[in-house]
Amino acid sequence: MESKKNKIILSIVGVLLALLFLSPFYLVVVNSFKTMKGIFINTNALPFGEYFVLSNYPIAFERLDFLMAIKNSLTITIVSTVFIVLFSSMAAWVLVRTKTWYSNFIFMLFAAAMLIPFQSVMLPLVSLMGKLNFLNPPGLIFMYVGFGSSLSIILYHGFIKSVPLELEEAAVIDGCNQFQIYSIVVFPLLKPITVTVTILNVMWIWNDFLLPQLTINKPEWATIPLKMFFFFGQYSKQWHFALAGLLITMLPVIIFYFFAQKQIVKGVMAGSIK
Amino acid sequence: MKTSKLSFGLFVAPCLIAFLLVVIIPTFSGILMSFTDWNGIDANPNFVGLTNYVKAFTDDMVTTKFLTVEFQMPRFINVFLFTAEFAIVSVILINAIGFGLALLVTRGLKGSNILRSVFFIPNLIGGLILGFLWQFIFTKVFNHIGDTYGIEFLKGWLSTTGTGFWGLVIVLSWQMSGYMMIIYIAAIQNIPSSLFEAADLDGANFILKLKNIIVPLVAQASTVGLFLTLSNAFKLFDQNLALTNGGPYLSTQMLALNIYRTAFVMQDFGQGQAKAVIFLIAVSAITLTQMSISKKKEVEF
Repeated sequence: MESKKNKIILSIVGVLLALLFLSPFYLVVVNSFKTMKGIFINTNALPFGEYFVLSNYPIAFERLDFLMAIKNSLTITIVSTVFIVLFSSMAAWVLVRTKTWYSNFIFMLFAAAMLIPFQSVMLPLVSLMGKLNFLNPPGLIFMYVGFGSSLSIILYHGFIKSVPLELEEAAVIDGCNQFQIYSIVVFPLLKPITVTVTILNVMWIWNDFLLPQLTINKPEWATIPLKMFFFFGQYSKQWHFALAGLLITMLPVIIFYFFAQKQIVKGVMAGSIK
Repeated sequence: MKTSKLSFGLFVAPCLIAFLLVVIIPTFSGILMSFTDWNGIDANPNFVGLTNYVKAFTDDMVTTKFLTVEFQMPRFINVFLFTAEFAIVSVILINAIGFGLALLVTRGLKGSNILRSVFFIPNLIGGLILGFLWQFIFTKVFNHIGDTYGIEFLKGWLSTTGTGFWGLVIVLSWQMSGYMMIIYIAAIQNIPSSLFEAADLDGANFILKLKNIIVPLVAQASTVGLFLTLSNAFKLFDQNLALTNGGPYLSTQMLALNIYRTAFVMQDFGQGQAKAVIFLIAVSAITLTQMSISKKKEVEF
């Protein structure tokens, strides 16, 4: 048990650290409501008087093509994650249940690939996918499945090893085929690890910049990080627009975090223990 | 249970095909590419042997023209050393801060859950956006505070090599310590409570418990923590691009950005890929060494 005095000191330390961690957000928020001159005069003060404006937001919103960008980001993130969850759980399941040299070998291959940094395969990958004419969202989603499957299969593999076989055997006796066993019996049992896999993939794909930058060559398919990159390049001298834009792009994630906080923290914890 | 070869194939195929096409084939064709002088366009690149590798380590500052703009590239060896230095400093800082935060929020304080959420938030936001955000803080806010209170140290951040380095360290630490905190919380919560009860009976204070129970048992989890921070720091791209863009005077360009620029700005895919292969070897060697050292140090309980 902590003494009362200790608790008070620790609480104060905690609050101060929390304020320190949040201060960058405070600075973005207050300055995004100022005119350029307002930012120049004082970056730390609340927006006041003639320096207070709301107009940065509609302008940034429009110049970012925010609705289109968010639609693209959502489509790409959701479709990729659904495919990763579905395909990697299927693969992991048969890899666990088939005890042969090749199932072992395939699993080791997926695990070893965790060491390969994206930049080492980036150039040949882009040239190969360019030759196959497989770019933009369909190609991008395919690439996310390829890159996402390593970690996802490892996580599913670890979880499935602890799932008892009896239910599956019972399903075999009832006359289920492999696909029925997987979809009716196995997949529902994997829910806890599916939450983890989903969260880790969503966080990564939503924020990814380099792969979309290399594979999306039509402006109407730009994702949020991509749009932000071009927007910032254009407005880097006009911080009042740039900051409003930054805040708009951060907002979806922060709202999502409010709703799914418990799952996110649990997912990260489960993902880290493996 | 028996799985037929056909259904095994059908279940593994979607992931395996994507994985082979996206990871495995490019890994091998990348190694081949590193021995050529391919510029990204030519149909028939020439085989040039080890030239690209030799060049990577011997080239001086390179100046090249892209469209009408002159570009300069720093020496690869400097890029490598800068990245390694950055990785060492950030790995230590991030894990120390993450562990400290984990200790703080696992001591049964009121509002601990809110603190956890707050420390974790920076993780959710992409590196590119974080880099832009901090660019504002370092250049505008720091300058303003420096001017107002006459603190010279705060002025002109990101405009020197040193402040660029620490700027990158601060951004990555702010982003990743919350993630490490979660990993260390999981480890602390996994410690059997009987150990703490026994220590309480012996009248051990917090410092003793920290030294004799928490630190040795958490070392086990730090394998994952160190692996993640080390590989993230080594592979850093978005924050580097958005925060300093490699400047000033090319002094903060890290490996990933250097490879990208070599290929797409200098139009030298062969050279870029040789650097990428060196990068692959370095990242694998470092992370494998770290994992085997950490694993040896782990204590079973």
